[in-house]
Amino acid sequence: MAEQGAKKQKNPRVAMPEQEPKVRARNFLEVPTGYTVKMAQEEAVRCLQCKKPGCVDGCPVGVDIPGFIDLIAQGDMTGAIRNLWAKNALPAVCGRVCPQEIQCEGKCIVGKKGEPVAIGNLERFAADYEREFGTGELPPVEPATGKKVAVVGSGPSGLTVAGDLILKGHDVTILEAFHKPGGVLVYGIPEFRLPKEIVAQEVDFLSRLGAKVECNVVVGRTVSIDELFEQGYDAVYVGVGAGLPRFMNIPGENYVGILSANEYLTRANLMKAYKFPDVDTPIPMGKNVVVLGAGNVAMDSARTAMRLGAESVKIVYRRSREEMPARIAEIHHAEEEGIELFLLTNPTRYLGNEDGRLTGMECLKMELGEPDDSGRRRPVAVEGSEFELECDLCIVAVGSGANPLLTSETPDMALNKWGNVVADLKTGKTTKKGVWAGGDIVTGAATVILAMGAGRDAANSIHDYLTLGW
Amino acid sequence: MFKIVRREELSEGTVVLNEIEAPQIAKKALPGQFVILKSGEDGERIPLTMADTDKEKGTITIIYMVVGKSTELFKTLQVGDGYEDVIGPLGKPTHLEKVGKVVCVGGGTGVAVLHPITRALKQIGNDVTCIIGARNKGLLMLEDQMREASHDLRICTDDGSYGHHGFVTDVLADVLAGGDIKEVVAIGPVPMMKAVSNMTREYNVPTLVSLNPIMVDGTGMCGGCRVSVGGETKFACVDGPEFDGHLVDFDELNLRLRAYLDDEKNCHRDFCTIRDAQ
Ligand SMILES: Cc1cc2nc3c(=O)[nH]c(=O)nc-3n(C[C@H](O)[C@H](O)[C@H](O)COP(=O)(O)OP(=O)(O)OC[C@H]3O[C@@H](n4cnc5c(N)ncnc54)[C@H](O)[C@@H]3O)c2cc1C
Ligand code: SF4
Ligand code: FES
Repeated sequence: MAEQGAKKQKNPRVAMPEQEPKVRARNFLEVPTGYTVKMAQEEAVRCLQCKKPGCVDGCPVGVDIPGFIDLIAQGDMTGAIRNLWAKNALPAVCGRVCPQEIQCEGKCIVGKKGEPVAIGNLERFAADYEREFGTGELPPVEPATGKKVAVVGSGPSGLTVAGDLILKGHDVTILEAFHKPGGVLVYGIPEFRLPKEIVAQEVDFLSRLGAKVECNVVVGRTVSIDELFEQGYDAVYVGVGAGLPRFMNIPGENYVGILSANEYLTRANLMKAYKFPDVDTPIPMGKNVVVLGAGNVAMDSARTAMRLGAESVKIVYRRSREEMPARIAEIHHAEEEGIELFLLTNPTRYLGNEDGRLTGMECLKMELGEPDDSGRRRPVAVEGSEFELECDLCIVAVGSGANPLLTSETPDMALNKWGNVVADLKTGKTTKKGVWAGGDIVTGAATVILAMGAGRDAANSIHDYLTLGW
Repeated sequence: MFKIVRREELSEGTVVLNEIEAPQIAKKALPGQFVILKSGEDGERIPLTMADTDKEKGTITIIYMVVGKSTELFKTLQVGDGYEDVIGPLGKPTHLEKVGKVVCVGGGTGVAVLHPITRALKQIGNDVTCIIGARNKGLLMLEDQMREASHDLRICTDDGSYGHHGFVTDVLADVLAGGDIKEVVAIGPVPMMKAVSNMTREYNVPTLVSLNPIMVDGTGMCGGCRVSVGGETKFACVDGPEFDGHLVDFDELNLRLRAYLDDEKNCHRDFCTIRDAQ
């Protein structure tokens, strides 16, 4: 977590050490380097062990937060990780990427007067400690049920379903379209925020428990859901994420030098193009880079561009700072690294040269008007405020929709008007028998923890189905 | 690993054929669809349209021209070696219909992609004329197979070393003038597909082209493969790869294909220097 605006208080939060902004802005190593045992215990005792803990209400999966924090305070690190695992299969990931400030930490009582307990940092500590010093002992797996489950997509939601069901004795196979498992955790979120080693270990853990991981399988193309049932699967979980990039739909968008964040980040993270030419996939090196959007995806893109050697990186966003959807820590880190924010600014067209390459963009200044449907004040253009921004690389990070590749091949699975799969809120059941869905493909682009929560609910429902019936 | 069971060098070694074990893909693949291949851990994902499939043997065949570092690496793979990753079948299959007289025009390695489509068009009862071209006789590919797959095969070479001396469009002009052509399928280098489309537009003959923009995932997830068709942006990997040639913005495609040209040139040069020094 960012330790920004630390007010002087009696009992300050223990800051997590970080790489210096100047140094880290040009490397791909993780930014915060982690608590030592001493730091973790010092932070853990800040927790008041509330009888009615607000933090737990704020946690989408109901982690026993005071419980695991108390175990850290007592030095029982194994107990702490066990406690976390009971509700959250991927604490090393969540400790790093959850928006704690609007979840647990946002509801922490200590935060009313000063800085909340650093719940995310402690979660990360417990998971990292286990990875480094834990016994690696596998939890017991229930006797084989002989039931086969296919999990489509290996993002956080699919991994959660697979983990839960393998422990219950089912025969689980994960089918992933890309050549590497992990979903957004490997292709989207950069190394400097979530080391890929951590994701690989989580997947390896599932493999050791007996889950099979088959990459290069595009369900809907290589094999259909109905064919999976013909092959003997008893249930299918669809966790294919929100993989359809949105563009601005303004003139000039096909100039060379304009990429979706999905493409840019996939090149950088999954294909490791930041090591080009040591690896074979290239990535455009922008001198003056503009990123459109202000969510986590935009921050990750901007910070990646900076690390690839850009001279200037600007975030262009049509609303104000308050509405920026990214985690506060990421905005803070980005600004520290020299990324400029162009708020209340909206691009109207791209400019290019005769080679079809991007040279800049025209923007309009905006001001906030009346609140819109989402309750946020609607940005309206200031007349005559056009100006030009010079740029040779533009990364479009204005959101993702539902990718129709699988759903269009599965006509009996109902979709809503945006193309997201309709699934029962509590169980994840779709309208197609034997098929569950969860994560971004159901909710639209959301968060890791919500995708995992949906996965857990679906796993419970699938287990009931396999043991009791639909 | 996806094992190579047959390997041939064509067109004086500038083009390589690989038959690869990929039973799941072979079972589902239809003419016009493509796969994405990656040779090793640090490899690039390269899209190639399948030249053939054998459902019984569980194999697919790809034919590629050696143009950069990634295809140089592919070329080092021998029978018994394999690709780390093969993903597919991707893209929409060719829309095949019995319409009457059809002309299939192929240039360069486009001929490889054209072959299964030509064969299928003939099988369903079309009268198929085929025009294939290359720079010279040595570079011409799949002549026998194309003769077999069509009713009438015409050959062109740029240098006149074989067949008609000139471009495929010269021959196409004659064929179109003969009249009654219901459809043209053109697959090859961008300038060739553009020239063919411009010509058939005058005759109002529907024309299918197969596009090969830069791709990453091949599943509609990155938008890197976007092309302008009739003023609309399409993702070639899921909306194509085949489009109405009369609507495609070939100039934009050509510019977009050059996005990484300098990087690729340098990378290829370094690769060759190291290889030749060994
Ligand atoms: C750059 C970026 C940064 C983010 N940062 C944060 C953050 O800091 N905190 C946070 O909480 N959330 C963040 N998110 C959002 C979060 O990552 C997602 O909400 C979450 O990953 C969704 O999980 P999922 O399992 O539903 O799908 P995904 O993680 O998208 O995984 C879906 C998987 O399914 C595969 N797939 C798709 N189609 C098929 C098919 N037809 N057949 C087989 N496999 C298929 C995909 O290749 C992918 O691997 C970020 C997202 C991005 C893109
Ligand atoms: S609300 Fe804060 S102080 Fe209370 S239990 Fe949760 S973390 Fe501890
Ligand atoms: S290759 Fe990524 S969308 Fe087509």
